[in-house]
Amino acid sequence: MAQEALKSNGSTPAADQDIIISVNGLAVYYGEKLAVRDISLDFKRHHITALIGPSGCGKSTLLRCLNRMNDLIPGARVEGSVTYNGENIYAPGTDPVDVRRRVGMVFQKPNPFPKSIYDNVAFGPRINGYRGNMDELVERCLRQAALWDEVKDQLRESGLALSGGQQQRLCIARALATEPDLILMDEPASALDPIATLKIEELMYELKEQYTIIIVTHNMQQAARVSDFTAFLSVDREHIDDRIGILVEYGVTEQIFTKPTRQETEDYVSGRFG
Amino acid sequence: MADITSSVDGAAVLNPPRTRRKQGYRQSRLVRNLRESIIHALLFFAGAFSILVTVGIILSLFVDAVGFFQRPEVTLWKFLTGTTWRPLGQPVVPDNFGVLPLVNGTIMIGALSGLIAIPLGVGAAIFLSEYAPIQVRNVLKPILEILAGVPTVIYGYFAITFITPQLRSFVEWLNTTVGTDIRVDFFNALSASVVVAVMIIPMVASISEDAMRAVPTSLRQAAYGLGATRFEVATRVVVPAALSGILASFILALSRAVGETMAVTIAAGATPKMTLNPLTSVQTMTAFIVQVSFGDAPSGSINGQSIFAVGALLFLMTLFMNIVSNIVVRRFREEYE
Amino acid sequence: MMAGTAQGQVSGYIGIEGRRARRNIVGRVFSVVLLMCTLFGLVMLAALLVDIAIEGAPWLSPSLWQNYPSRHAEKAGMRSGIVGSLIVIGITALASFPLGVGAAIYLEEYAPKNRFTNFILVNISNLAGVPSIVYGMLGLAVFGRLFGLLEPGSAFADFLTSIGFQFQSGGLNYYEAQLFNIPWLSIRLPFGRSILAGGLTMTLLILPVVIIAAQEAIRAVPASVRQAAYGLGATRWQVVSRTVIPIAMPGIMTGMILAISRAIGETAPLIIMGAFTFVAFLPESVWDRFTAMPIQIYNWITLPQDEFRVHLAAAGIIVLLAILLTLNGIAIFLRNRFQIDWQ
Repeated sequence: MAQEALKSNGSTPAADQDIIISVNGLAVYYGEKLAVRDISLDFKRHHITALIGPSGCGKSTLLRCLNRMNDLIPGARVEGSVTYNGENIYAPGTDPVDVRRRVGMVFQKPNPFPKSIYDNVAFGPRINGYRGNMDELVERCLRQAALWDEVKDQLRESGLALSGGQQQRLCIARALATEPDLILMDEPASALDPIATLKIEELMYELKEQYTIIIVTHNMQQAARVSDFTAFLSVDREHIDDRIGILVEYGVTEQIFTKPTRQETEDYVSGRFG
Repeated sequence: MADITSSVDGAAVLNPPRTRRKQGYRQSRLVRNLRESIIHALLFFAGAFSILVTVGIILSLFVDAVGFFQRPEVTLWKFLTGTTWRPLGQPVVPDNFGVLPLVNGTIMIGALSGLIAIPLGVGAAIFLSEYAPIQVRNVLKPILEILAGVPTVIYGYFAITFITPQLRSFVEWLNTTVGTDIRVDFFNALSASVVVAVMIIPMVASISEDAMRAVPTSLRQAAYGLGATRFEVATRVVVPAALSGILASFILALSRAVGETMAVTIAAGATPKMTLNPLTSVQTMTAFIVQVSFGDAPSGSINGQSIFAVGALLFLMTLFMNIVSNIVVRRFREEYE
Repeated sequence: MMAGTAQGQVSGYIGIEGRRARRNIVGRVFSVVLLMCTLFGLVMLAALLVDIAIEGAPWLSPSLWQNYPSRHAEKAGMRSGIVGSLIVIGITALASFPLGVGAAIYLEEYAPKNRFTNFILVNISNLAGVPSIVYGMLGLAVFGRLFGLLEPGSAFADFLTSIGFQFQSGGLNYYEAQLFNIPWLSIRLPFGRSILAGGLTMTLLILPVVIIAAQEAIRAVPASVRQAAYGLGATRWQVVSRTVIPIAMPGIMTGMILAISRAIGETAPLIIMGAFTFVAFLPESVWDRFTAMPIQIYNWITLPQDEFRVHLAAAGIIVLLAILLTLNGIAIFLRNRFQIDWQ
């Protein structure tokens, strides 16, 4: 089908090492309602991929499939496969708790725990039985999240006392502490002011050296600025009343925004709808 | 999709080929899952424990109640229909075990206290919800809650040291000025009903007020916009919309009044009789149970068992009222959209 | 002023000014009536407090909490009742906390949304509406007498004697066994009229209230906190124990303290399950007989002499109210001090 041609834009089989996570024929049901279908795409390691599209077309749903957070919604059901570092995370024997440790997540509204900054970052390692030097891990993660200099003297203060932008960077540091390879970000800057947003975007650039980032965003300029690859999800035109999300186009960001191959994509990125 | 490694160890497969190895995550998945299952089971037991309690209540009441009815000196029919309750009377015959006087006492006090508490409670609820400014409400509402938290034995004391004397002197005055000849016993149903009413007013007020505040402001705005006064908005828009909650509060408050023990034991008396006169002494079902328990009757004796029969009847009455209140809420709930 | 409608008829709104004035008066009168309704309860509360203060304050003295009950009013005190009440609610708190909070955790975090769970919820709500005297009868039947299963000669009784329990007869018979042969470490079955039975009876009484309060506190924890914890790879119990419960704890404690303060004032259940009235000693083990403050107060109210009926009872009530006030004050303090302010 046409979807096959969109998979892993031009990569050769020998570059499979470059694919960190691969989605194949994914469909998600909430109870009886089909939310997204036929999603197949590969995400490249050490790159930033953006998921864009109008509201309600499955971007967040797709993102939450990548770390099995959808399992927490009663009635949610997944078909197809998601292969992370070669292993299908939806295979019957796989423990979602393990998956979630390996794949970090940052949410739309910053949600630090009502604990100290130190305890926020240390939470993930502690519950997973980390045996190394905690102080060193906390400092390393706060540095990676570009927050260390601002909070190094107040590690025992509550995480809720920070500003919105700082809280989000704290949440990023917290996610980094479980040493994931892949970080999922669900509209991480949409609740922040422009300056804080800029800092988050700079952070993403720095992080992609060590990690892979997949970001859902409503902000097309942000997607264009920040991402290497872009996937455009929209509503299935053939069953428009059912509001089923499908993958319309996936490719290098520059190409998606300047020379998209599908008319729908062109309409969306030029602001004609959505 | 080629395997990255051919190892069967799941952890190794999930590890990407990178220079930096992950250190120190050692938690056996088996141990963790076992711990989770044990905790889940313990929590389930705690959750289901309440069912055990209900079973316990039903067993403890009805096993002894059945034992009571199996005695030759008692018949179920006479129990439910007889109008004489003389458990200590001689000879011991079914005619002495008609429960209706106790039911009479219970219902009379329940109805009287409801008659007093319901209008006052709804009035307070309307005032707090529709009239009072928020600072006033924040002061008055907690004070009303305090009324509900006062132990009932204190209300009993208040009834016989304050309410009854006041009532009697008022009736004295009435008798001398108007020339009536009303008699007020020292133990009487009215005094008890007054304090029970004070006890349940917070229930009516609180639940009704919550129901009224749940009515969307848009409905009130619409009524004001049509030129209604505050009184009209309250009585013609808000109260009808909140009716299910308000009715439920009545039934719950009555159920509480029916189950009330210490205040009526202290103030209403210990003479079971069929009467409609609130100024004479009566005995409620609950007061009878206390009387027997205070008296150290042996558990297997007829008196010891009679309290379970009366208790079972009381339980059924309050259960019935609680169920009705649930149905009322569901049946009358207005759809706002 | 337009007197006609489009069709040329006389408008039905003519003359409403007079009615309007009347509507306003009705409204004003009504608002006063409503205020009266609200104040009725407050006036009653004030009368009650004044009555108790007048009758009881002159009789407040250390003998109230130092002396045991006596036939002489000058020497009578509530020592056994005060200590008894405190031990009872101590047992109640210890037993109802794990059961109540555990049930709330299960219902809010673990239970699937099916008919059985709904049945449990309805059941708890019904239990909250059962009169307290019924819990007394439950306590009597289950803890006091164990449904009469341990009558001498019954199968259970024989089983107990065979594994080392000894039969003790007395006012209420029971079977006793020494654990590890330590004199004071013994088990008795059934519990009879012991303070342990009293505490367990009160546990069952306040359990629905504790569960409901804990449920509300747990529900108030924002979903985003749980999401973050799950996202970091926490198991369900880790999410609950490390984020949800710590955040909900102030609310849970407040609910527990309020439930306990209700238990202190309850008289009927303890009378029914067999607490004593005239107790001139302090309980030394959980198997001892006991009395409680409200029972003492009730007893005094029933005595004919005014010193007991009016004055000592009021003094006892003041002591009881003082303890209640302290407990409620602690509850409010806890809630205000430890509640998290989510900005």
